[in-house]
Amino acid sequence: MDLGNFASLAHFLPELLLTGGLLLLVIVDLLVANKTHLGDLALIITAGALLLIALTPVTASAWLFHRMLVFDGFAMFFRALIALAALVAVWMSMGSEEVRGCDQGEYYAILLASTVAMFLMAESANLLMAYLSLEFVSLTSYILTGFLRHNRRSLEAALKYLIYGGVASGTMIYGMSWIFGISGSLDFAEINKALTTHGALPVLTVFISLVLILAGMGYKVASVPFHMWAPDVYTGAPIPITTFLAIGSKAAGFALLTRFFFPAISSLTASGSWQVPKGVDWPQLLLVICVVTMTLGNLAALQQTNMKRLLAYSSIAQAGYALMGFVVLSNDGIRAMLFYLFAYYLMDAGAFLVVMIVANSTGREDIDAYRGLAWRGGVVPAIALSIFLLSLTGIPLTVGFIGKFYLFAAVIHGQFYVLAIVGVMNSVVSLYYYMRPIKTMFLDSPNGDEGRVAGDTWNYGLMGVLACATIALGIYWTPIITFANRSLNFFVGPA
Amino acid sequence: MDHALTLITFVPVAGMVVCLAMPAAMKDACKWIAAAATAAQLAIAIGLYTSFDTTTTAIQFAEKYQWIPAYHITYFMGVDGISISMVLLTALICFISVFASFSITRAEKAYYALLLMLDAGMMGVFVSLDFFLFYIFWEVMLLPMYFLIGIWGGPRREYAAIKFFLYTLLGSVLILLAMLGLYYYGAQSTFDMTVLASNASHYSTTFQRIVWIALFIGFAIKIPAFPFHTWLPDAHVEAPTAISVILAGVLLKMGTYGILRVNFAMLPEATHQLAWLFLGVIGTINIVYGALCAMAQTDFKKLIAYSSISHMGYVMLGAASFTAAGINGAVLQMFNHGTVTAMLFILVGVIYDRAHHREIAGFGGLAQQMPVYAGMTGFAFFAGMALPGMSAFISEVLVLIGAWQTYPLMTTFGAATAILTAGYLLWTYQRIYLGPFNEKYAGYLDLSFRESFTLVPLAVIVLILGVYPHAVLGLLNTSLVHLNQVVLSTPGPAVALLH
Repeated sequence: MDLGNFASLAHFLPELLLTGGLLLLVIVDLLVANKTHLGDLALIITAGALLLIALTPVTASAWLFHRMLVFDGFAMFFRALIALAALVAVWMSMGSEEVRGCDQGEYYAILLASTVAMFLMAESANLLMAYLSLEFVSLTSYILTGFLRHNRRSLEAALKYLIYGGVASGTMIYGMSWIFGISGSLDFAEINKALTTHGALPVLTVFISLVLILAGMGYKVASVPFHMWAPDVYTGAPIPITTFLAIGSKAAGFALLTRFFFPAISSLTASGSWQVPKGVDWPQLLLVICVVTMTLGNLAALQQTNMKRLLAYSSIAQAGYALMGFVVLSNDGIRAMLFYLFAYYLMDAGAFLVVMIVANSTGREDIDAYRGLAWRGGVVPAIALSIFLLSLTGIPLTVGFIGKFYLFAAVIHGQFYVLAIVGVMNSVVSLYYYMRPIKTMFLDSPNGDEGRVAGDTWNYGLMGVLACATIALGIYWTPIITFANRSLNFFVGPA
Repeated sequence: MDHALTLITFVPVAGMVVCLAMPAAMKDACKWIAAAATAAQLAIAIGLYTSFDTTTTAIQFAEKYQWIPAYHITYFMGVDGISISMVLLTALICFISVFASFSITRAEKAYYALLLMLDAGMMGVFVSLDFFLFYIFWEVMLLPMYFLIGIWGGPRREYAAIKFFLYTLLGSVLILLAMLGLYYYGAQSTFDMTVLASNASHYSTTFQRIVWIALFIGFAIKIPAFPFHTWLPDAHVEAPTAISVILAGVLLKMGTYGILRVNFAMLPEATHQLAWLFLGVIGTINIVYGALCAMAQTDFKKLIAYSSISHMGYVMLGAASFTAAGINGAVLQMFNHGTVTAMLFILVGVIYDRAHHREIAGFGGLAQQMPVYAGMTGFAFFAGMALPGMSAFISEVLVLIGAWQTYPLMTTFGAATAILTAGYLLWTYQRIYLGPFNEKYAGYLDLSFRESFTLVPLAVIVLILGVYPHAVLGLLNTSLVHLNQVVLSTPGPAVALLH
């Protein structure tokens, strides 16, 4: 179906709600003197959007707004994931000491705008739309990163983010212009038609344009060599924003990456594997990126002493794992990647949340602030953080293990044996740095100068929910894999 | 006995939950909760033992439920002759180790909870017949072990704990990949170990060998086989007594059990062709090298740790012999090594609790001050030397008889090591218990009732199995002879090297 502007609105309700909500936030911000409840309003709006998404059945896939956006199972998965990420980010912002000093109305309004932008990124069916939504996400992210106006690190991070982002998106739009030149269209379905039926495909030209486009998308998922911004930005941004960037922005990046490299330029065969345009060997390139990303992320994380930086490098490595599902060129792999992104959402949000709880109480983010946490009254956050970190490592009885299990299964099934070995060896290396905070919390005795860690009920509640979900879904994960299975549905035009 | 295996695996988990739920004021109750949980487990294990049918190779007490149908993952538990002996050993050692833990005073709640979690993980490994479930249990016990060594261990506990974790995780991820390989490239996609075993002929020879080696490395780290053994002495030296008991008594057996359950049963052809090198030669190196290292140690506990490496070598050598005697001897040795080494580590713990050091050279003449302790140690040392009348004698002789038929040269080395073993044990005995009495140790009390309570049952079992080995061999024989037949029915190694 190719829906016009008005007919599309029925499928666009979550975005409309968020947009309306953010305007409402701005207005309410002007009208009321007491700003403490703006966060509640933002939370209600986000929860409402999530509810709308949950209630929307994907009965018929369609193009929206004259083929600018696409409404299908795949988009729904990312809408849900990004809305969940936004929910966590808003929730965390309400309990964050850092955010308390900021302009509440603007903060939440931009956060919601960023969420809408990520939705659009996951739904793009057109290169122009893809570029605009990616820039939209970037712009809101720069502002949010630099939101602590009186904090030099925050400002520095925003500036770095901006410069890297400018270069990456400039490179990307240049690549897009090449694709437009070759295929004569910006529409994903038309590009696909042009590339697959092209008589003599200019292989090198296509390859170069794909590399250029990869710069922009790789920057969003923080894969090597476009990862350099991540450690600084993750460290400088307020923790709820770091979380939102790590789980939401990365998910949106993966959505666009997948939609562009699979339905837009490759074609699905009957056996569930994807066929790339003849001679254009982008999977090889991504294989190298995937291996380097996880290895570099893990090796760099070994040295970190700041928890946010450690988690930043870890999130680079995690993106590398998720890319394994990408390079095997099969629906198995994409499904594993979807599952992994969901698992990553739970465990990474949880880990950052504990970092925030500790930072709220002690004002510190370095690993030394965690010394003997379990023995000085912080046993609950200590256990929760251990669960999240072990899940990130991929130890069984956590959802992270199941995610890795599916990824490695897809890799072994696709006969990428060397990749499998590199992947598991990376898991072993990662154990060392994921265990370091755990060691510090449980095995070391407190010095006595670390300060008490106490959290409010809201933060502890969210932490409990995330920790329980991490374990429960590690034991019984059928609902998630069913959801991922249903979402493996790309709309590429009427059959 | 419908859910006996679920019960025996999850009774400790129930104990763990109760332990954690205890209010801080009642933390003394935790040790008794742990004791009750492991006693219940032991009772179930004895029940299983008495009702086990020794005449069949079939899986007994089986339980099977769907878990994740989309991926053919089931909750499948069952035991055969090989696993029932390990179930018995696990229940026994865990029960004993709870009583060996009573000297722990720091954070008891957490300690007993982790101990019970470890117990559940080990038991789960031995009763699982779904490879996925097996793997989950296999990994689940890493974490409690890390904390038990890391929190309650000696001065270098952090180093030892992370070394243990890294080594074993390295092994397990290889097992994970091998498991996925077996799943995808078999006749049907399944994790059911019994089906995987009957599919054996479906895999190509090269594939079998690669997977076999990956699995072998995974399991060899646990045994630990040379050259993957370096984590063990560190872990043992730093671990608290009871954890050393479990480590040596049960954990190491998971490695050899895995080799029999997975490598032998699922990849018989590769086993037949590679065992001489990976099990035979490496096993012999383990025996000789472990004994030589033990001889050089100045730390009592490290000495026992190396002797453990040496004795596990017999298991590998026996399994590689492909004779009924050899393979029976191997699994019997797993059981006997469990009981004997448990005794040895408890005995080391007894003197460490009093002297707070373990330097062999720092002791002397302890037999005058602690005669019962010295007597019990003498008994355990004789058992370690595998003197006739002791359980280990039967198993080591069976291994040597079996291995002699296949690898006469390696067996010669293995048998000759008995002299080294006697050498380091007797020499140690002489330095610690005999000779002039060191006045520093005057006033030390002899074995307490609790300590005797942990040692005597093990000593009795050592004696009984020395006289009547059939009590365990009877369980094993049918399953092992069948397994051996399966392996022998495949083409053997191309070169008759060392035969």
